[in-house]
Amino acid sequence: MSAWLGDHLRALREALRHLAATPLNSLLSLLVIGVALTLPTAGWLAIENLRKLTGDTPGVQQISIFLNVDAGQKERTEIDQRLHDADAGSWQFVPRAEALQRLQESEGMAEIIGSLPKNPLPDAFVVTPTVSQPESLERLAETFAAWPKVAHVQLDSAWVKRLDAILRLGKRVVLLLAALFAGALVTITFNTIRLQILARAAEIEVAKLIGATDAYIQRPLHYFGLLQGALGGLCAALLVTIGSHLLTPPVAELARLYGGGFTLHSLASDEVVALAVIGGALGWLGAKISALIHLRRIS
Amino acid sequence: MITANAVTKRYPGGHEALKNVSFEITAGEMVFLTGHSGAGKSTLFKLLAAIERPTTGSIVINGQNLAALRRNAIPYLRRKLGLIFQDRKLLFDRSVLDNVLLPLSIVGHPAKDAPRRAQAALAKVGLPNREKAYPIALSGGEQQRLAIARAVVNRPAIILADEPTANLDAASASEILGIFRAFQQVGVTVLIATHDPLALATLEPRILRLDKGEMSESPSAALAAQSAKACTP
Repeated sequence: MSAWLGDHLRALREALRHLAATPLNSLLSLLVIGVALTLPTAGWLAIENLRKLTGDTPGVQQISIFLNVDAGQKERTEIDQRLHDADAGSWQFVPRAEALQRLQESEGMAEIIGSLPKNPLPDAFVVTPTVSQPESLERLAETFAAWPKVAHVQLDSAWVKRLDAILRLGKRVVLLLAALFAGALVTITFNTIRLQILARAAEIEVAKLIGATDAYIQRPLHYFGLLQGALGGLCAALLVTIGSHLLTPPVAELARLYGGGFTLHSLASDEVVALAVIGGALGWLGAKISALIHLRRIS
Repeated sequence: MITANAVTKRYPGGHEALKNVSFEITAGEMVFLTGHSGAGKSTLFKLLAAIERPTTGSIVINGQNLAALRRNAIPYLRRKLGLIFQDRKLLFDRSVLDNVLLPLSIVGHPAKDAPRRAQAALAKVGLPNREKAYPIALSGGEQQRLAIARAVVNRPAIILADEPTANLDAASASEILGIFRAFQQVGVTVLIATHDPLALATLEPRILRLDKGEMSESPSAALAAQSAKACTP
């Protein structure tokens, strides 16, 4: 057990030594891996931010029921009762005065509202249905529309569906990018390990001749791939963090102009760790394949 | 200790490097393997070190039949042998001490104790105080000593040396042979492949003679001298 551990420590030390022996080469490899990992990471971060911007739960759909302007307390109570009977889910009553006030708070709307002679907005119910299938929602909306004193029913699903589709497309693109660049990372490691084996062929040959096992020879190479990948992942995290820091002020400015308080979300510490782990695993994989193929040629 | 039985090695293309070779070497013996270049000495050396496998026949070292050895068992066999290669195979990018540390690292010898052990091996072959030097700075004889130190640092029971005195002057060669003699005297089995007549004349050893892949044995010193003459071009 301690011999096994000792050999892993030996392999790790050797890998670090080889990494430090050619600092410029190592740095370039790290940068290449870092850039390769930066693209899918940045894409993923953009999707996450979009999702946050459009509400934390895209896909949740709402039905707005607008009453006639002349609807009174009696009708409101009746609708409330009907919603209750229909088991429609949860709902919220938005009185016309409150709706106007909300609109006034929106950027650029205050003046327009102020110029209006009277409140043009109706009372409304905002229903969050328990059902989510489009057909069920349509049916529910039709039911609501048939109720007395209901002026208009709006199913807010179209834009939600569109946004959801866009987000899903974005996710797919990011996934494809990630697969592509994961392949690139494995290839880069494959090649660095190949060069290392070529450069150390004499040493490897001698070690084999005097009783080194395959594990003894391969272990430092595996560690090298792992370290290079993990450091490359950290490099990507650094690049993405710098990028999002550079983007934060203009995004905040844009959000302010639109009257929102949106702040750009950057990488959290567990995401940085995940990047390093993914980079390390891919590097290890590249090193493993490369060692298997190229060490066979040294007898 | 080492038993070869009807060993034949045929290379692709049909060349037979060894033909029906049989011999036995008992523990603690010192044996010379001699013959012209191309007679099959190096081939036999490679078979004994499990670098190549015999086409037919068996080689048994320490009770292990090399012909039936699984690939992943070969490293463990080699650890029991002290191998000294014709081209020495020293690593020129690391120091003398690091060259000797390599076999210890391979067997997982505790790193704390390893330098002491390597220094002892270097002292035994007469290379003390050169630990920090690089092999390129050593003379031919010193490089050979370093190769021996690396071979014996794990205290193998068997030493196999391929042409250890090649390209050395007479004084260095006889010093190298003295080192092997010293190992034999403490119970190590030593097999040296050589065509150096000096080695054969001075040490009065048991001699196995290879000629075009066929083996004959010279039992006496007189025959040894004769064999030495025959080998002199």
